[in-house]
Amino acid sequence: MMSEVRFHGRGGQGVVTTSKILANAFARTGQYGASFPMFGFERRGAPVTAFGRFSDKPVREKTQIYNPNILVVLDPSQKKAANVFDGLLPGGMMLLNDKKNTDDVRHENLRKLAVVDANGIAMAEIGLPIPNTVVVGAFAKMSGLLDIAPVLEALADYFSGKKLAANEICAKRGFDEVRIVDL
Amino acid sequence: MNTTTAPKRIKVITGNAAAAIAAKLARPDVVAAYPITPQTEVIEQISTFHASGEMDCELITVEGENSAMNAVMAASLAGGRVFTASSSWGLVFMYDAVLAVAGARAPVVMVNVNRETPGIIAVSSGQQDMISTRDAGWIFLIAEDCQEVLDLVLQAYRLAEDYDIQLPVMVHYDGFFLSYLSEGVDIPEQETVDRFLSVLKDQPKRTVLTPGRKLGVGSHGILGGYMELRHKHVTAMERSKAKFEEIDREFDGIFGRTYGGQVEEYRTDDADMVLVGSGSMCGTIKSVIDDQREKGVRIGLVKIRMYRPFPHQALVAALKGKKAIGVVDRSLAFGFDGGPIYTELKAFETRLDGAQLISFIDGIANTDITKTNVEKMIRMTGDLADGKDVPEVTWVSYPDANTKGEK
Repeated sequence: MMSEVRFHGRGGQGVVTTSKILANAFARTGQYGASFPMFGFERRGAPVTAFGRFSDKPVREKTQIYNPNILVVLDPSQKKAANVFDGLLPGGMMLLNDKKNTDDVRHENLRKLAVVDANGIAMAEIGLPIPNTVVVGAFAKMSGLLDIAPVLEALADYFSGKKLAANEICAKRGFDEVRIVDL
Repeated sequence: MNTTTAPKRIKVITGNAAAAIAAKLARPDVVAAYPITPQTEVIEQISTFHASGEMDCELITVEGENSAMNAVMAASLAGGRVFTASSSWGLVFMYDAVLAVAGARAPVVMVNVNRETPGIIAVSSGQQDMISTRDAGWIFLIAEDCQEVLDLVLQAYRLAEDYDIQLPVMVHYDGFFLSYLSEGVDIPEQETVDRFLSVLKDQPKRTVLTPGRKLGVGSHGILGGYMELRHKHVTAMERSKAKFEEIDREFDGIFGRTYGGQVEEYRTDDADMVLVGSGSMCGTIKSVIDDQREKGVRIGLVKIRMYRPFPHQALVAALKGKKAIGVVDRSLAFGFDGGPIYTELKAFETRLDGAQLISFIDGIANTDITKTNVEKMIRMTGDLADGKDVPEVTWVSYPDANTKGEK
């Protein structure tokens, strides 16, 4: 079974790192993960889309994802953008970084909505509004595809020292504090 | 690719990181490079390895690509093992030195992260940079995934520095789709790589520049010398085909992975139809082939791994007797009805025992070679096999090219 995940955010939010950490965490469980972003020039603030395929079999596809079953939105301003929902498969789920307990995000194919105040948690723990490591923890909880342990192990490939410790707390808090609603 | 004996040291890394790690494992004496999207991460990683002492090489951070290629050429001619990396306009900016390296038969190894190169400056994927330099005199290898990037860079050193070859090798991989793709890569131990490359030390020593000793390289006599050097270049290129197959087999013995040499065949044995492709598109094509096979469609893939020298003998052997062949190009050839690789393969059509060929152009300027597009190519190749009227060339993601007669 392959999960196809599309990530929406902006340059500087760690969209690419989010997708990398998740691919890394899946690989640690003996599963397979492949992720890549799509953008032109690297620059802060520009919309960035990334794609992740997570599967129990090797992932060979090297194309963008047009029919995701999971959406991850790191940029709250894009939560209602029409293109975010493009091609969402029936039974789909969405993880949203938003401080509000959003109940106005709906789509006919959306069956599960998870909301986490990733910016708020990141500000408290690392002092920067970079939501990515909160989001990876919340993703594990929402999707049910990963335990928090491989996510925490994966973080060590991207951070070290105090930053690692702070980001581990971010991921744990994301896992524990995400609010999940079945629609 | 078959994974059999290698122990698992899987790390989730990008294609760019795989290239940088492979360069580190090859222990080059000199690296000189200049950053360019989508290759920048290769240089970042190598700089990090160098700064931390993990990589014991001379790292020359030059002011531009032309200096990068000239620096590694000089170091290579002085007997050093060298590495550089570029892409698109960077490759253009070093082009005279790229030619000089080939003329001097300097065994330079580099990666080129494929990116569009037309004057409408595009920061997007495409193989036009590879096509526009195809007869510069370098051996060209093309990777499909991050593992193959790493493996091909290691194999490239065996090929470039082989005493019987002594040619520069460029390893190509798709920008964006592969340069930034994070996936699991089995990273070999240093001692295993050392063992794989150690045979290069046991061969006769090539002629190198030595302080105080007079030596001309990349130059020729007044009349016959030029022909002789050019012909020797051609024959060395031709020798590299069998050598690459040999290296692939030896690589399998040591690392437990084989790719099949010049071309990789995927489900071609009983196939009526075959797509011919190269690079990252091949992963997507394989996944579509698996779906189509379940529906009884007898389709296979022939993946070009060595593009220069053109592996026509291996391609003919793999394609002979098939009913229809669709060739997918991620670049253009002007004045031909079809893409560059299609056009080149077409020259061998009479040896294919009646197989018919059509051309697909897709994936230029970052357009995505989607599963839907691949399904369309397979359908059209099937129509050709069934004797239906099919256009010789189709721009898969740009229908206007096929219908409007655009001027």
